[in-house]
Amino acid sequence: MQLNHLRNFSIIAHIDHGKSTLSDRLIEVSDIISERDFKDQILDSMDIERERGITIKSQTVCLPHAAKDGKTYHLNLIDTPGHVDFTYEVSRALASCEGALLLIDASQGVEAQTLANLYLALEHDLEIIPVINKIDLPSADIDRVKSQIEDDLGLDSDAAILTSAKEGRGIEALFEGIVAHLPPPQGDPEAPLKALIFDSHYDPFRGTIVHFRVRDGRIRAGERIRFMSNNATYKVEEVGLFQIVRNPQKELVAGQVGYMIAGIKTVSDTRCGDTITLDSRPCEAPEPGFKEAKPVVFSSIYPVASDGYDDLVVAMEKLKLNDAALIYEKDTSVALGFGFRCGFLGLLHLEVVQERLEREFDQSLILTAPSVQYELVMNDGEVQIVDNPALYPDPTTIEIAREPFIKAAIIIPDRYMGAVMKLCMERRGINKNYQYLTNNRLEMIFELPLSEVVYDFYDRLKSVTQGYGSFDYELIGQRDTKLVKLDILINGDRVDALSQLVHEERAYQRARVSCDKLKEEIPRQMFKIAIQGAVGGKIIARSTVNPYRKDVTAKCYGGDITRKRKLLEKQKKGKKRMKMVGQVEIPQSAFLSVLRTDAE
Amino acid sequence: MAPTHPTPNDPAAPGGLYLHIPFCRSKCAYCDFHSSADLQRLPDVFEALLREVRLRASESGCFDSIYLGGGTPSLLAGGDVARLLTHIRRHFPILPDAEITLEGNPDSLTPARLTAYRQAGINRLSIGVQSFHNARLRFLERRHNADQSQAAIRSARRAGFTNISLDLIYGLPGQSEQDWRRELEIALASEPEHLSCYQLTIEPGTRLALRHRRGEWQALDEAAQLRLFRLTRKHLAAAGYDAYEISNFARRTPHGGANLRSRHNQKYWNHLPYIGLGPAAHSFQPPLRSWNEMRLQPYIDCLARDQLPVAGSERLTPRQMRIETLYLALRQSRGLDRDAYARRFGERFEARFARPLAQLMDGGQLVWTPPCYQLTEKGFAVADGVVAHLVSALAEDEDLPRPADDGG
Repeated sequence: MQLNHLRNFSIIAHIDHGKSTLSDRLIEVSDIISERDFKDQILDSMDIERERGITIKSQTVCLPHAAKDGKTYHLNLIDTPGHVDFTYEVSRALASCEGALLLIDASQGVEAQTLANLYLALEHDLEIIPVINKIDLPSADIDRVKSQIEDDLGLDSDAAILTSAKEGRGIEALFEGIVAHLPPPQGDPEAPLKALIFDSHYDPFRGTIVHFRVRDGRIRAGERIRFMSNNATYKVEEVGLFQIVRNPQKELVAGQVGYMIAGIKTVSDTRCGDTITLDSRPCEAPEPGFKEAKPVVFSSIYPVASDGYDDLVVAMEKLKLNDAALIYEKDTSVALGFGFRCGFLGLLHLEVVQERLEREFDQSLILTAPSVQYELVMNDGEVQIVDNPALYPDPTTIEIAREPFIKAAIIIPDRYMGAVMKLCMERRGINKNYQYLTNNRLEMIFELPLSEVVYDFYDRLKSVTQGYGSFDYELIGQRDTKLVKLDILINGDRVDALSQLVHEERAYQRARVSCDKLKEEIPRQMFKIAIQGAVGGKIIARSTVNPYRKDVTAKCYGGDITRKRKLLEKQKKGKKRMKMVGQVEIPQSAFLSVLRTDAE
Repeated sequence: MAPTHPTPNDPAAPGGLYLHIPFCRSKCAYCDFHSSADLQRLPDVFEALLREVRLRASESGCFDSIYLGGGTPSLLAGGDVARLLTHIRRHFPILPDAEITLEGNPDSLTPARLTAYRQAGINRLSIGVQSFHNARLRFLERRHNADQSQAAIRSARRAGFTNISLDLIYGLPGQSEQDWRRELEIALASEPEHLSCYQLTIEPGTRLALRHRRGEWQALDEAAQLRLFRLTRKHLAAAGYDAYEISNFARRTPHGGANLRSRHNQKYWNHLPYIGLGPAAHSFQPPLRSWNEMRLQPYIDCLARDQLPVAGSERLTPRQMRIETLYLALRQSRGLDRDAYARRFGERFEARFARPLAQLMDGGQLVWTPPCYQLTEKGFAVADGVVAHLVSALAEDEDLPRPADDGG
């Protein structure tokens, strides 16, 4: 395959502008799989992705296209994750492309994320083709969108391609546009191998499947390769193209995108952004920009059933095979028994892990309130890193507490400036800067404590900006803070799994909201249940679940007894998702409710 | 002197015989009992019932209660009831002082029919009054009015009935404490030997439930229901009635006279054996429970072939036996007899239920009155929750000792 017969591209879009449908259409038209096997929205293959309409694991597909010039091209569509937790993965995927289709909904027009994605693409020097999609909609306003493309995005609207992915219109023109307007990859097939890893996934039969883009050189089965970040070497068993199924090739050469199987046991042995080279003939320098994915949010996971730990161990091990970003170690709780302390890339990552454990591995779980990593300078000068409230030392022994801060870049239409300002101030944010990107699009820069962002910040931002706000962040280091440990007591018993480390100023509010949420979630029982929030020995918030006062069946004769007994038996089963804490049954949902307690 | 109590698990205890007459002129709004308004089928079902009596005669034991329930057994003519009781006595050993109850609705309890019932051997009458307030009777979609109820009670006395029970329903929408007290007063004026006062329950699938879902009426809130529940117990206690079961009240008799509690219904609550005949009727011979075909035609056809119309049965596991024992015993004022429990299940009640028991005693829902654990006034209002709490101590996977009456 010659370089000028290759095109590597991504589709970037605001959520719901039709990315998945367009991807499906491209796959369908290129005829690499039969109609019978065609599941709608092939690329979003995880259940969770389908349901939420977001992409978490990027996937790739190589589409053959017989162009009007009589030549056959290989068009590599590289799918990108669509959430801020996975920004780094997005950037690695884009780094593997030369071009991008910027998808715009013909009736919605340019949106916040359209713009944010465009900037990300331009950072990687990608050639952009604007694609106006959903032209079948009665509300489509192509002229308006074209003027937005000119004015807001600064792109040539004449280059825009009109499509209706739903009805399959404009797909042929789009293929031709990709061939005509996107540059072929550059690279020297004869230079030493240099390939960029942008993803990997686990296959139960073959082990880790590494997704990569060859920059220079070529890679073949039988060769020994080396990962440049850690100098680990592996013997290549197979290379090939993604065409929904894996399609093995003799070799992959500079410019191509494909996979490698090399007896790598877990995806943790590969790192997104790493460079692959030949062990016998290494390239001089790795691809720039490699970052190790670092967890920023920590939470403990426990099985609901007290005998569920062994199953959870197996599930975690299997999940880890496929999720390099997940880190964990054994943890114990007085209230919940054995479990794991886990690190996540963000709150969405946490939710994805939870959902995968529950759905794919049939686990019933309790998660503790998420925490960031705090740095504690002790009286004796020693520095401790703490992310688990259970391990928070005696406050009198702490000299200084520090918490991680981020720099957040928020892009919004300027009419939301006040709302975003208010939200960020509530979260202890400091506005550092703002600038107009276009005449009504504003980029605001805030410094925020990470701990304030891990709780539903992204959802709240979406909500106060009616979906127009986009958000990206980077860690900028630790800063001094005033930290307290908030305990939750149920009928006087401290429930360690509900403890949280919070900023002093936020303790009252967090305590009140936690108590109220728990009151909503803990069902009325035979006895009054007192819920208290405490800092040190001091109670700062309380709520009460009142007991049932009337709960009695009126009639009970011969024909009623079996039915009534079955209700009592069933009730026992329902309690499997309950956790006994002292004398109180707390449903799993109550623990989860405390994860998101910042809605005012 | 306190009346003697039947002891659960007494192998010599006489059983009860229940006969289900699954017909009503029309179905009441709240009722989820099994009944049909197709009265033309009554003769066929009645003949089938007689066959069933004959077929099940071989089952052992003697009986000291017969209960004709429904449905509306008072749809049966006096002659039919006489024929049925004669047939029963021919096939089952019925003790001479057996309690023989018939349930009836005021609109079908005519003086002539009442006299015939009395002569046939019915010695206890349960009248479905439900309310002495015409608007509430219409809400419940009853066919009769308050005057008819009064007339039926008078006629029953004249016919010689000395053991009359009245069924009442309370907790209707908008019903105040004063409203309910007034109705209780009217009921008490006729000096019934027994009262069954049921809190209105919205049973799924009834017209009442449908009307509720459509927003045509609103149920009383928990506090109002609780007030009426307490009022019932307090008012009837003051009037000389024993609340011997959650919804059942028997007039106290001076110096240990005749026990006016329902002997038959106590068999259900004491886990004693009973045989149920007729469509949908349940039978219990510990630890075996079975129930009859509820559809009329299959019931008739089955008996026409001289086969028992049993639709299903279950053999209670040791755990299930315990759950039912808890649930049934605690509904009664006497409560759960610790010694009887130990004899039956071969384990100490306090050992098995230590934790929830302590919590419920602390919480004031249960009280120890040797040799029984009893619900308190507070506990009766949450009887279902109390039992559920106790049941939580019965692990599902644990091997529990089998009860003494398990039959091997």
